[in-house]
Amino acid sequence: MIIADRKPIDEILDMIKGCNKILVLGCKGCVTVCNVGGSKEVGILASSLKIARKKEGLSVEIDEKTLERQCDPEYTDQIKDIVDNYDAVISMACGVGPQFLSEAYPNQRFLPAVNTTFFGGAVQHGIWAERCAGCGTCIIHYFDGMCPVARCSKSMLNGPCGGSAKGKCEISKDVDCVWDMIVRKKIEQGRLEDLLEVKPAKDWHTARDGGPRKSVREELVQ
Amino acid sequence: MRLSYPSNVKVIQVPCTGRIDIIHLLKAIEDGADGVYVAGCREGECHYLTGNLKAKKRVQYVKNLLDELGLEPERVEMFNLSAGEGPRFAEIAVEMVKRIKELGPSPVKIKKAA
Repeated sequence: MIIADRKPIDEILDMIKGCNKILVLGCKGCVTVCNVGGSKEVGILASSLKIARKKEGLSVEIDEKTLERQCDPEYTDQIKDIVDNYDAVISMACGVGPQFLSEAYPNQRFLPAVNTTFFGGAVQHGIWAERCAGCGTCIIHYFDGMCPVARCSKSMLNGPCGGSAKGKCEISKDVDCVWDMIVRKKIEQGRLEDLLEVKPAKDWHTARDGGPRKSVREELVQ
Repeated sequence: MRLSYPSNVKVIQVPCTGRIDIIHLLKAIEDGADGVYVAGCREGECHYLTGNLKAKKRVQYVKNLLDELGLEPERVEMFNLSAGEGPRFAEIAVEMVKRIKELGPSPVKIKKAA
């Protein structure tokens, strides 16, 4: 899923300066699962903003709503009757949400309340870690299910590098060296020679290097 | 026991402090409460195992959030005591009321009244 973190309250307050009627819009997709932009977090942010405004003696009217997803016109349509009632809409979805909303409602201002960070998963409750870099050409089958593009600090495809020590990356003791993990797993499974195979250079044009990406599925396009 | 505690403490009963969410504490502050405290069971003695430990983390979250909002984090607190400690319950109420009086009324409330 897409992982995000809430922006500092000061940054959000700065964005809504001069706005008196605001909609805080959550998303029931990835950001609900990573506990940053679901209906619960919408309530917390709305309450926090009200406290901040009241503290300054300023009035503010904040409504709360959470859409099934903000990355799908089918669901962004659901605010069409109310969207113009507000001075601004704060989106708690990943970076896709405010952009889809801005495209759907060009006259409204959509402000991001979260910083979208990475594609990952919950390694334990409350802790998420990066697992995918969305490079567009998956090669994890070469590395027994571990992605050096996302998990090696240098995205090396022929590691480990000299910075790997005792299974950790040189950038931090908290970062596992994925190449150490790959090599260990290959040894355990008796397939270390897999790594000797010479492969052509990775095709990076499917990553961001090729510009903004689009996926077209003809069988679904109507 | 017939112990008395300050009458400005409004008690809201919950089955376990694990039921208390961040939004409950925030709403109290938003609606003008000068302070909010959670009285949970002693650590390690939760009937539901970890309810009070969850509450402790949520209280800390709200403290951090209040700090971020420019309010005193001391307005929110968590205390741990057993159901048999009536005198301690009264003592905590006195202690918290004293702390809040020293901090003064909530700026949220002052501006609201103005």
